[in-house]
Amino acid sequence: MTETPGTPAELDVVPADVPTLPVVDVRQGLFGGSGSGDTSGFGGLVRVIEMPAPSARPYGGWFDEVADELDLALQDDGLSLDAATDAVVVSNGEITFYVKAEHLLAFVRRLRDEPALRFEICLGVSGVHYPNQKGHELHAVWHFQSVTWNRRIRVEVTAPDEHPHVPSIVSVYPADDWHERETFDMFGIVFDDHPGLTRILMPDDWYGHPQRKDYPLGGIPVEYKGASIPPPDTRRSYT
Amino acid sequence: MGDITYEAAYGDVLGDGDPIDDAGVYDTTEGRVYTVTGGDWDSVLAPEEGHHERVVVNMGPQHPSTHGVLRLILEMEGEVITEARAAIGYLHTGIEKNLEYRTWVQAVPYVTRMDYLAPLANEAGYCLAVEKALGIVDKVPPRAQLMRVITLELNRMGSHLVALATGGFEMGALTAMTNGFRDREITLDLLEMITGLRMNHAYIRPGGVAQDMPENGIREIRAAMDKLDRQLDGVPKLLVDNGIWKDRTVGIGYLDLAGCMALGVTGPVLRSAGLPYDIRKSEPYFGYDQFDFEIPTETTADVYGRFLVRLRELDESKKIIRQALDLLEKTPGPVMIEDKKIGWPSQLAIGGDGMGNSLDHIRHIMGESMEALIHHFKLVTEGFHVPAGQAYSFIEAPRGALGVHIVSDGANRPYRVHFRDPSFNNLQAVAAMCEGGQVADVIGAVASIDPVMGGVDR
Repeated sequence: MTETPGTPAELDVVPADVPTLPVVDVRQGLFGGSGSGDTSGFGGLVRVIEMPAPSARPYGGWFDEVADELDLALQDDGLSLDAATDAVVVSNGEITFYVKAEHLLAFVRRLRDEPALRFEICLGVSGVHYPNQKGHELHAVWHFQSVTWNRRIRVEVTAPDEHPHVPSIVSVYPADDWHERETFDMFGIVFDDHPGLTRILMPDDWYGHPQRKDYPLGGIPVEYKGASIPPPDTRRSYT
Repeated sequence: MGDITYEAAYGDVLGDGDPIDDAGVYDTTEGRVYTVTGGDWDSVLAPEEGHHERVVVNMGPQHPSTHGVLRLILEMEGEVITEARAAIGYLHTGIEKNLEYRTWVQAVPYVTRMDYLAPLANEAGYCLAVEKALGIVDKVPPRAQLMRVITLELNRMGSHLVALATGGFEMGALTAMTNGFRDREITLDLLEMITGLRMNHAYIRPGGVAQDMPENGIREIRAAMDKLDRQLDGVPKLLVDNGIWKDRTVGIGYLDLAGCMALGVTGPVLRSAGLPYDIRKSEPYFGYDQFDFEIPTETTADVYGRFLVRLRELDESKKIIRQALDLLEKTPGPVMIEDKKIGWPSQLAIGGDGMGNSLDHIRHIMGESMEALIHHFKLVTEGFHVPAGQAYSFIEAPRGALGVHIVSDGANRPYRVHFRDPSFNNLQAVAAMCEGGQVADVIGAVASIDPVMGGVDR
C-alpha cells in the first residue's frame, strides 16, 4: 500500500453535532483486519461505529407516559427528568434512560414507589465496557420490569475507568444484590454502599476483572494434523 | 485497572483494623474447626468440655442434594438454621466472555450449555434478542415459530420432570425419581428425533430453526403425548395426598408475594405465591398468544405449592404441544428466514449413512453456482453483522424469567451478551426461605427453587 490512511483523530470524520457518548469505535478498511494487508481496495475506508443517538420527544407509545410520570415524580425530589438524566434513547422498541450517578437512588426509588410507574421487579444489573468512550468507559445497565403495567425499561449509569464507582441500589431493590456482585466481579465497577461487595463467580483471590475488554480471553494454539490453529482472540476477525 | 485494590473490595476481613494482611485468610477466624466424616456427633464432641451449640456447616459444593455444585454455608443452633448463605461460582466457565470472540450464529452452541436442563430456553432467549437487534422478529417464518414452541414446551416438560424427580429423590421419595426420569426420557427421545441431540441442541438459530420436523415426527409426538397422559399421573397419585410428603413440604421454604417481588423471584416460585405471572401470556413471543393454556397458581407459597404448580404446568405444556402440532400440519413453508443475508444457507439431510450434509446443497454450490459458493462461504465464516445498539429479550424459561441483554457494535460478533438467568436470581431467596427453619428443610427449599448451576454460574 502506498497511501497510509490517517489516524481516526486526524481525519476528523465525526460531525460536530454527534454526542461523544455513543461512539463505540472507529474502524478502517473493509474487514477491520490488520497485519495481513487489506487487498480489497477498501483499505482507506473509515467507519465510525455509533450507538443509537439520544432521542427527542415524543418517544412514542407508553414511553412518553413513563417519562412524564418520572418527570412529575422526580420534581418531589427537587429534580426533573432532564436534570436526573444525561440522555434518553429509544431504539429497537426499547427505552434507555442514561441516569446521572448521583441521582440514581432517587430515580429508582421513584420507579419502585410511584403507583403510575410500579416497576416492581429489578431484573438485575450487568456491565458493558467501552474502552473508547473516554470518561464513560464503564456502563452499568439495569433492566426494570413492571408487572402491573407490563412495561420494561433500561437504566444506564456510566463511570470512568479511573473512578469506577456507581451507587448500589440494593437498599431499594434487594434483588440486585448478587447482580451487583457479579458486575463488580466481572468489570470492577464498585457499587458504593452495597452490603457486601465481594467476588461471586471468580475465586476470592482472583486478580483482574474478566469481562473487561482489556482482559485477554486466553487460550493456547491447538495443533491438528500438523496445522496450528491460534486461540480465538488472536485469530483474524472480520469486524 | 482503576483503583480497585483488595482492601477496597474486601475491606477488613479480620476485623483488626488493618485490611492489608487479610488477603491470605481462607480459614475461619473464630471458633474451632471440626472435620467430620461420619460417626456420632456426641463422640466427636465428647472430649471437649463446654463446646458451643453454634455450628457452621458447609453443605456442598459436592453434596448430592444441593442440586449440583452449590455450596450452602449454614450457621446452626442445634438443628435450627440461624443464617444461610449460598456460595456459587464453582461452575463458572466464562461463556459470556467467549461469545465475544464468536460470530452471532456460533454463539448458539455456547449459550445452550448454560442452563443445561433448559438448553432450548437459552437458545430461544438469545436468538430472540438477536432478532430484535436485527429487526427481523416479524420475518421469522410461522413454521419455525411453531417448531420453537414445540421444542420449548417439550424442554419445559423435561425440565419440570427433573425438578420433580430430583426434588423427590432429595427428600427420600425415590419412586418420584424413577418415574420422573422415566417420563423425561420420553421428552428427550422426542427432542433427539427433532434436533439430533438429547441436550445442547443448538437447534434454535437467529432467523429460524436448524431443521424441519422429521417425517413421522408429528405422529410420534402425538403418540408420546398420549403415553404421557397415561404415565404422568404416577407421581401425583403417589405424592399429592401423601402424608409423609406433605409433612416434608407443606409450610416449608415459605416465601410470600412481597418477598418474591423484593428478591425478583419469578417462575414457579412466584406462581406458588399466587401471582399468575407468565411471560408467555404477558408478553407473548413466538406466537404463544394463539394457544389456549392456563397459568397454574397456588397460594401456599411453600415447597408443596411449587410442587403442585410444576405438576400442573406439565399438563399445560402438553396442551400447548397438541395445539401447536395441529397448527403445524396446516402451516407448510420454510423454517429459516427468507433473507439470504441472515438465514443459514443449508440444512442437514438424511443420507444412506445417517444425518449429514445436504447433497443437493453441495451439488448446487460446488457444481452449479459460484455465487452460491461465495455466498455460503461468506455467511458461514464471516456471518452477518448486527447494527450497533442494544436489545433485550425476555422469555419464560422453566425456572422463571430469562432475560438476555445483547450489545452490538455493528460487528459480526457480539460486543457483550449478558444472561439474566432465573436460577441465579432465585438462589438469592435461599436465606429468606431457610433461616429459622430446620436443617432438613433446607433440602426441600433449595429443591423447590430448582437451581441449575450451569445457568447460575455460566
